[in-house]
Amino acid sequence: MSIIIDRTKRVLVQGITGREGRARTRLMREFGTNVVAGCTPGKGGEEVEGVPVFNTVEEAAECLGMFDISVVFVPARLVKSAAIEAIEAGVKLIVLVPDRVPLWDAMEIATVARQHNANFIGPNTLGVISPGRAVLGMIGGRAESARQWFNEPIAGRTVGIISRSGGMTSSCGYYLSRAGVGLSTLVHVGGDSVIGLPIPDVARMFQNDSDTDAIVIFGEIGGSQEERLAELMQQGIVTKPVIAYIGGKAAREGTRFSHAGAIIEGNRGTHEGKTAALTAAGATVVDGFGDLPGAVLETFKKKQTVA
Amino acid sequence: MARLHEYQGKAILKTAGLAVPDGRVASTASEARAAAEALGCPVIMKVQAWVTGRKDKGGVVLAKSPDEAAGHAERLLNMRFGNFPVTEVLVEQVIDIAHELFVSLTIDDAAQAPLLLLDTHGGTGIEDRAATVARIPINPTTGVNTDDIRNALVSSPLDSSLHDKITRAIETIINLAKSCEARSFEVNPLVVTTAGDVLAADCRITIDDYAVFRHPELGIEIARELDHPATALERVAYDVEQNDHRGTFYFAQLPTDGAENTKGVIGFHGAGGGGSMMSMDAVTNEGFTLANFCDTSGNPSAAKVYRAARIILSQPGLVGYFGSGSGVASQEQFHSAYGLAKAFLELNITIPVVVRLGGNSEDRACDILHDACENLPAIVEGFRKDDTPAACAQRFAELVAASQKQVGDAFVHERIIPGFVNSASAYSFPITGGTVWIDHTNCEAATTQTVITNSSNLLKADSNNRPVLAVAEEDVAGADSELIACEIECHRAGAPVIFIDLEIPGLDEALATKETLTAAS
Repeated sequence: MSIIIDRTKRVLVQGITGREGRARTRLMREFGTNVVAGCTPGKGGEEVEGVPVFNTVEEAAECLGMFDISVVFVPARLVKSAAIEAIEAGVKLIVLVPDRVPLWDAMEIATVARQHNANFIGPNTLGVISPGRAVLGMIGGRAESARQWFNEPIAGRTVGIISRSGGMTSSCGYYLSRAGVGLSTLVHVGGDSVIGLPIPDVARMFQNDSDTDAIVIFGEIGGSQEERLAELMQQGIVTKPVIAYIGGKAAREGTRFSHAGAIIEGNRGTHEGKTAALTAAGATVVDGFGDLPGAVLETFKKKQTVA
Repeated sequence: MARLHEYQGKAILKTAGLAVPDGRVASTASEARAAAEALGCPVIMKVQAWVTGRKDKGGVVLAKSPDEAAGHAERLLNMRFGNFPVTEVLVEQVIDIAHELFVSLTIDDAAQAPLLLLDTHGGTGIEDRAATVARIPINPTTGVNTDDIRNALVSSPLDSSLHDKITRAIETIINLAKSCEARSFEVNPLVVTTAGDVLAADCRITIDDYAVFRHPELGIEIARELDHPATALERVAYDVEQNDHRGTFYFAQLPTDGAENTKGVIGFHGAGGGGSMMSMDAVTNEGFTLANFCDTSGNPSAAKVYRAARIILSQPGLVGYFGSGSGVASQEQFHSAYGLAKAFLELNITIPVVVRLGGNSEDRACDILHDACENLPAIVEGFRKDDTPAACAQRFAELVAASQKQVGDAFVHERIIPGFVNSASAYSFPITGGTVWIDHTNCEAATTQTVITNSSNLLKADSNNRPVLAVAEEDVAGADSELIACEIECHRAGAPVIFIDLEIPGLDEALATKETLTAAS
């Protein structure tokens, strides 16, 4: 098992004829993702990497049947209309890769998604990858790298990774793989403050995933995602072991370090607050990123002893 | 900065039909005197600064005469809040306040929607009264349900005859927050006067950075969250980002006070938000002071990475250059290696460089960097994904310590441009943001072949067997990354006959003034 993406999911790529859309379609196909169609207004009838291109999502769905997931690679200012187009056409999960999507656009997408019982990942996400199965977005960059970097699930010692940083999603996966840990799915939730599928929602999915034995979090200062995960743990909804690193210890209030979501405002979203909430809920919070693999192995050792 | 001052916010509120006290902005004592004369004393004077609790900090005072207003202005305009000097004072008519409300719109990340905080017992000290604050969810598409506001007012001490007026005022605030795409919009207090008028007595607005491009009317010069006024270099960097949307470039300078007690001030070049923060921690732990934070990621062009490096190296007094990102980049890292190599070569860098280039094509990236920088005065080293940030930071500390013994002085930004650039005998063509120069006088057959082989089919040999454009000028305009690769590869092959002269608007001027090249402490 895995969450969000596997080989059975039918995937659409919006903005498939652009620089990123084209390159990432190749990655997704080569890794095993079932990319069935692409969309770019005015480019209907063309082909990209052997994938047929349509003018609209509706037209593509009429011709080929409904898609499970749409991955969006259009310029930031056009993301809102592309996402809403896909949601209204009936796609239930949208992956929004572009950076710099305006906040009110993201909130409007969220509103429309709720009305249609749909969901979205991102904006500003590198995507989702289930090693040995399929990938959405651009994690790994190349299929052969992704295969080389990330272990497939290993019975009894497999983690699911949830990260607020794109690069660190791969980084967590790579260093854990080298330590002999298996990976079910790696999810980059996106670096923005309003995102579709935040850490607590993904943690619930991992809780219900039979392959996943523990959950690894790359958190960051700002926002309330880590605190909300701690609440789920306190309530007994997430019971699998959680091992977390929170970036941005050195960051000062009021200065933003790249990710729009990584800003401390007043006394909310601090490193100390997140660490305290997760620790109180029973999570292992490591001080240095390099301590993550060791802490995961330690968790598995303890589990074995208990079993 | 995507924040608006009180007077700017009030101007917007007034245009939208919500009354504000009569007022004028003064940036000198005589302007303050004139404002007080025109408005009639007493007047209230408020520093325009992005801080909470201005009143307690002496930033809000009453003036009973124009002379007193001038005197106050003299003092207020010399104040500093955090790193921001006060440059403007708002002079306003005094209003008779009967009641104050707290009205604030923020973004609730959990609800993925705006949230209205409303306290009918408003005014200062709101932080201590969290329990009395009504939290009203806002639909980002359709706005607020006015019944929700009315319900919150029912339990308030406000006379019911005022409810309509107050509801309309709050609705105006919410609609404005949406139309100007605010990330936060606070009116504290919203005031009911003894005459029963509703006015916004204060206002603080922060606009979403990513939406600033849709709001030229707000006059926001630089959409960055900084804790100091934007420096000359930050402005230059911001313009680079605005003009090249291939990947992300973020640059912010940091205060360097206390640097004398550390191993020195260094230029920092991260890649990816999370990896940059982590790397910053690693190099800080090693005892260095960072002159800046910088992030180039999301598959940036070589030209963008080059410009970022030049801007970083424009900061005075650097003892080293440390680059590191997530370490396992999905993007092809050789683009970054070419951009960095070009900057280091042009500046003939004399301070040690450590760059962690882990990720796709890391071997190729490290080779490019090592080879191209082999003969530079400084040691330039690239590292891979199996090298931890901590190990790279340690190596960096060793190199800096060794280089300080040998060289002593810190690095100065001076560009070396080959002689054939701008010469009449050179072949040249324009690209976006720059010009390509080829030294035709030194192009023997073998050299020409080297250039063409590395040109990604953009160049061909002419009838005299010299490299010239193989495609139309408009088709090469956006090929800066390919041409930078060609320049560095020719350099590696011992054929330095092609040079891409890339513009960084405003950088020379910034360097010439020597002003604000560091963040204020």
